[in-house]
Amino acid sequence: MHDEARTAGTRALRLGVAGPVGTGKSSVIATLCRHLRGEFAIGVITNDIYTDEDARFLKSEGVLPEERIRAVETGSCPHTAIRDDVTMNLMAVEDMERDFAPLDIVLVESGGDNLTATFSPALVDAQLFVLDVAGGGDVARKGGPGISGADLLVINKIDLGEHVDVDVDRMVADARKARKGGAILPLSRKRPDTMKELCDWVRALHGSYITGGHTPVDPGPMAPHHHAHDDGHEHGHVHGRGHSHD
Amino acid sequence: MYVSSPPEMPEARHGAMTARAVLASAAGPAGRAGRIETLRSDGPLVLRKCNPKGPEPLTHRRPDAARVALAAGTAGPLGGDDYALDVHVGAGSTLVLQEVSMMLVLPGPTGARSRMSITVNVEDDATFVWWPEPIIAAHRCNHRHDMRIALAPTARMILREEMVLGRHGEAPGDFISRLRVTRAGRALYDQQLAFGPSAPGWKGAAVLGGGAAAGSIIAVDPGWTDGAPEPDPYHQNAALTPLAGPGVAIGAVAPDSLDLRRLLLRGLNTLGPPWAI
Amino acid sequence: MRDRGTGGQAALLLLADGRLPAGGYAHSGGLEAAVAAGRVTDIAGLQDFLIGRAETSGLIAAAFAAAACSRARRGELSDMAELETELDARIPSLELRRVSRNLGRQLRRAMDSIHPHPHFAALGTAPHQPLVMGVAAAALGLGPRDAALAILHENNSGAAAAAAKLMRVDPFHVHAILARMAARLDRLADMASAAPDGPSADLAAPGSPLADIAAEHHGGADVRLFAS
Repeated sequence: MHDEARTAGTRALRLGVAGPVGTGKSSVIATLCRHLRGEFAIGVITNDIYTDEDARFLKSEGVLPEERIRAVETGSCPHTAIRDDVTMNLMAVEDMERDFAPLDIVLVESGGDNLTATFSPALVDAQLFVLDVAGGGDVARKGGPGISGADLLVINKIDLGEHVDVDVDRMVADARKARKGGAILPLSRKRPDTMKELCDWVRALHGSYITGGHTPVDPGPMAPHHHAHDDGHEHGHVHGRGHSHD
Repeated sequence: MYVSSPPEMPEARHGAMTARAVLASAAGPAGRAGRIETLRSDGPLVLRKCNPKGPEPLTHRRPDAARVALAAGTAGPLGGDDYALDVHVGAGSTLVLQEVSMMLVLPGPTGARSRMSITVNVEDDATFVWWPEPIIAAHRCNHRHDMRIALAPTARMILREEMVLGRHGEAPGDFISRLRVTRAGRALYDQQLAFGPSAPGWKGAAVLGGGAAAGSIIAVDPGWTDGAPEPDPYHQNAALTPLAGPGVAIGAVAPDSLDLRRLLLRGLNTLGPPWAI
Repeated sequence: MRDRGTGGQAALLLLADGRLPAGGYAHSGGLEAAVAAGRVTDIAGLQDFLIGRAETSGLIAAAFAAAACSRARRGELSDMAELETELDARIPSLELRRVSRNLGRQLRRAMDSIHPHPHFAALGTAPHQPLVMGVAAAALGLGPRDAALAILHENNSGAAAAAAKLMRVDPFHVHAILARMAARLDRLADMASAAPDGPSADLAAPGSPLADIAAEHHGGADVRLFAS
């Protein structure tokens, strides 16, 4: 075996960030980098559908040295790249870990897709799912594997609620119901306390990961298979709450 | 599938020509023109010392360059003909090989294949400029063109090849051209282009599309060992790309030979001096 | 002609399947660039494109896969570096060399987990895809012709599948092209594996000028669906 496959054990915490287009995945990553780069050595892998725009955005934000932000091209199959065939992403993560060893955290941003895309447990140790208020108040109620089973559900842009006629509290309550107690974080870049909460969640997750206390949980496959495996999901949630910061 | 060893001579056919010309250069005294050591024409393959035909890459107005022109008879090769040219560029010498006119490849009376085989050996510190005219593959021709160039590690070279698919308004016959360049015994560039009624797929958009002329310029410079020039797709139908060694390939596909020449020169001129003309 | 190892047809199907998780789905085999350049606009143009590609870069890939497979089967991997050099010389486009090596790394990464074999480590840091395919075929007990056919099919069906995303075409018509090309791929696999143990300099070298040119344009494109 050569070095490409021999990184587990000493490798970084791999944290996925999924969610529909435009909900603020890149901003969440920028926030994490900005606040945590003093404590952790971080790398970022972006997944784009048409371009390397997300990588460019993060580079232009100056949140990390440019070489620590790399783009994976998904051939317009963002689902596949993080779930069915993770080879490209896995290699991007492994390359990043090798090139900048030792890294503490590698963030993997999924290509903006729909509600059904979640990361394979072969690729990440934990994942955030990002929704936003502007996407509609009923999105959380509709559920899906990311909403119900991600390690943390972020409901972003809560400051916009009144402008788009969305009852944020109601949306959070819907999400709580869908997640059966899983961690939820209402977030706004205008509310520093929510940003701190996000960072604290990642700190706690990392602490749990390096001490061996973190058990990766699969939120479950895509929607059509979702209901067939309901039991498995609920089982997963129980374990998933150990490190949650809610 | 082709083989890397030179094709064997076919059995002589009635009326078919077999010719083998030889050319060798050696370095002259410092600052003086290089010597032509061997200049052996054979039948229709006529080699003559000559003056510059026009601007040359690498050797423009250089007094130390020896210049030779090849004339491949009045017409031909014809089907069945088998021509060979061996070129040896001696250590430290500079040789420019050009052509008197375009080479028209025609069918023979029996439909047999014609061949032209050119082998070039360029020794250390030598420079070889091969600046021929286009080859025109006439309707119903059946020709195989085979060029093998072996470069010593410190040799420099530039060549162009231009192929035209048929005379004006006609479909080309069967034509296969292969150019293989090795440097220090390792492959650097190896490409075959086949078109004509027996060649599958060449009209497709991955090969020649609707193009009626195709060509390339290959330049090798030991000074590029630490990195050849950057890729430059300077036209929709042409690109300059670095090879996996100290060389570049400029490739172009065009509707006719004039456009092809223009496209190739444009790519050449992006290299700047001493390559640009 | 058929030189099978211990592995059989099922192993060949596994290796040639587009669902093998090695990242092939992110590539269109140059189709996106050809469509963008206006050179492929309809189903007839797509067929011509696929045939030209199979007969040129497809045959090269197949010949090198067969050669690598034969060497791996004999456990003689000493001239893999020479195969790499010979294949580099047959791919003038820097972009296409890069793509081939990326796909090769990915295939090795996937096979390392799927069906580990010590030969994968002997392939260097970024081996070309056909060489990895050849070694993977050998590791699965397949022979040179299988390796050739696997890469011909994988490359061809991958480009064809991309057509549905790039063009206004009926997917049945696209697969009809693949069906018409089946005998051609068999013939190309025969050619590619006719002399896998011969000198690597003798391996096929048919060029595809427009694919090279288009790949360089695609490499610099800001907006694209496929990596190549």
